[in-house]
Amino acid sequence: MPRAMPYLLLLPATLFLAVFFLYPFVLVAIEAASRDGAWTGENFQRMATHWKFVPALRNTIVLAAVVVPIQLALALAMASIVSASETGRSTILYIFAIPLGISDLAAGLIWLAIFEQSGFLNSALAGFGVIERPILFLGYQNPLMIFLAIVLAEVWRATAIMMVILVAGLGLIPKEYSEAAQVFGASRWQRFVKVTLPLLRPSLQTALILRVILAFEVFAVVVALGGTNFPVLMGETFEWQFTLQDRGVAAAYAMVILAISIAFTLLILRLLHVPKEART
Amino acid sequence: MAEIRIKDVAKQFGAFTALHSIDMTVRDQEFLVLLGASGCGKTTLLRIVAGLETASQGEVWIGERRVDRLPPRDRGISMVFQNYAVFPHLTAYENIAFGLRMAKLPQAEVERRVTRTAELMHIEQLLKRYSGQLSGGQRQRVAVARAIAMEPDVILMDEPLSNLDALLRLEMRAELKGVLAESKTTTIYVTHDQVEAMSLADRIAIMNAGRIVQADRPVEVYRNPAARFVGSFIGNPPMNFLAAERVDRGRWRVAGQVLPGPNATQDRIEFAIRPEDMAVGEGGIPANVRVVEPLGPHTLVTADVGGQLFRAVLDSDIAVAPGDTVSLVPQPERIRWFDPETSRALQ
Repeated sequence: MPRAMPYLLLLPATLFLAVFFLYPFVLVAIEAASRDGAWTGENFQRMATHWKFVPALRNTIVLAAVVVPIQLALALAMASIVSASETGRSTILYIFAIPLGISDLAAGLIWLAIFEQSGFLNSALAGFGVIERPILFLGYQNPLMIFLAIVLAEVWRATAIMMVILVAGLGLIPKEYSEAAQVFGASRWQRFVKVTLPLLRPSLQTALILRVILAFEVFAVVVALGGTNFPVLMGETFEWQFTLQDRGVAAAYAMVILAISIAFTLLILRLLHVPKEART
Repeated sequence: MAEIRIKDVAKQFGAFTALHSIDMTVRDQEFLVLLGASGCGKTTLLRIVAGLETASQGEVWIGERRVDRLPPRDRGISMVFQNYAVFPHLTAYENIAFGLRMAKLPQAEVERRVTRTAELMHIEQLLKRYSGQLSGGQRQRVAVARAIAMEPDVILMDEPLSNLDALLRLEMRAELKGVLAESKTTTIYVTHDQVEAMSLADRIAIMNAGRIVQADRPVEVYRNPAARFVGSFIGNPPMNFLAAERVDRGRWRVAGQVLPGPNATQDRIEFAIRPEDMAVGEGGIPANVRVVEPLGPHTLVTADVGGQLFRAVLDSDIAVAPGDTVSLVPQPERIRWFDPETSRALQ
């Protein structure tokens, strides 16, 4: 039965996805669109009219809009350094990738230990005589500082995942293209912009999609550094599910995060699309 | 006007010496082919001239300028790469225009040069296509057009035809020769294909193990190899070699026959003859025929002479069969002699 073979081979993975992803997803979607067994938009209404929804949505998007471009630029720079180095290449790669081995909550706690009132930063500043008494960096009066601390922690924690993808992508570009550009007069920067970046588009796509989706799901770092002073979508989902015990509204939040992720994935796919004829 | 002068250029990769002190001059508008087996250093030498590799020592001059410290783009060169390196994200037009745009030429001039070189390479119809929509031969044409459009003093070519199929290679070879002669550039062309080298070159530089063994006109290289290596590398089938023992001054015994030769003082030297420079006749070298391959215009005979492999290209009318012993008479003026110690030719 060679005709059935491909479907048979697909069956285990399909079953796995159906049972552990599709089925729970459908349950959550139903949960979001119903209350007490009846179809209703009430969950979405409750979510949207709650005073924390707009700040959470805004914070999540602003955070992603600030963090992801910084990470992209840094990841490109780091990947270029790794690719260009002949000796010690893997050492540099491993050092860059160390934060990847740390969970997001732990990363948040590390940065909390730096910024909190009795943290490293305050002790250092006091030690140098810059300040006389510790500063409350992460207090609710200081939303900008909280935001910056979260940006810093996120950049530190999650840039390497983009870098790893871009290093692999750079490795796939034959050296001859860069050499040809060099011979035909392109400076280092022109080679990067006119040759490397366009040829790196497939990897940029993957790295950006992965990173943007994770940015919309930001949670543990925010909880550690901002607590409830900096609401984000994922934090609100958690809040409604466990503190307020309202699974319907939590499901509605999950749907919103999903919708934003899908929208941005499509946008990135479109912006970085490589036409079939222009592929290597 | 661009003469290329390479002075005492050497290159080490770690403990490996890729090039030993190369001295070479390529004359203005000359077509020089660097020929050698893979790993002989020919591509390294080309890349040093291009500026894609840095020499461990020595100088490279193009025209009146010393260029070995300059980046590739300031050397007045352009290059055709082995894998074409036609940018996949740009159309053929933009590929050819790439260097012109980098040089910030006015749009009208870019347009003029792209159109002209595209016509020259017969790819006017393909300018809107991407590399992925072109065949290997077409990509190669784009790569050559891109190099010529720069109107450089020097064009460097790194095995540009090696990825094409045999028929296409013949066609491109003839075309390249015409186009490059017209463009009046100085060309260095790297290949491992001796037929390509013979047919294209004004001069061939044969390289072996990081040294230039001989640099001369194709016929000269073929007829008068300066070293044993050249004789065995050039020609298909290659030159035959046999041991020669000194009988007395200027007379040498080769496979039982006494032949006039050089006035060398050594006891033993090497006799060499090209397979096509022999005929069947009286009093020649006795050869035991092993294999007979009729090729149409002539017949290739593989034989052994005193345990040595020996090939002859004979007239196809001559009837020989495996197991026969034939007497092969070398044309006296085509016999060459080599010193087995130095491997150099003896006069």
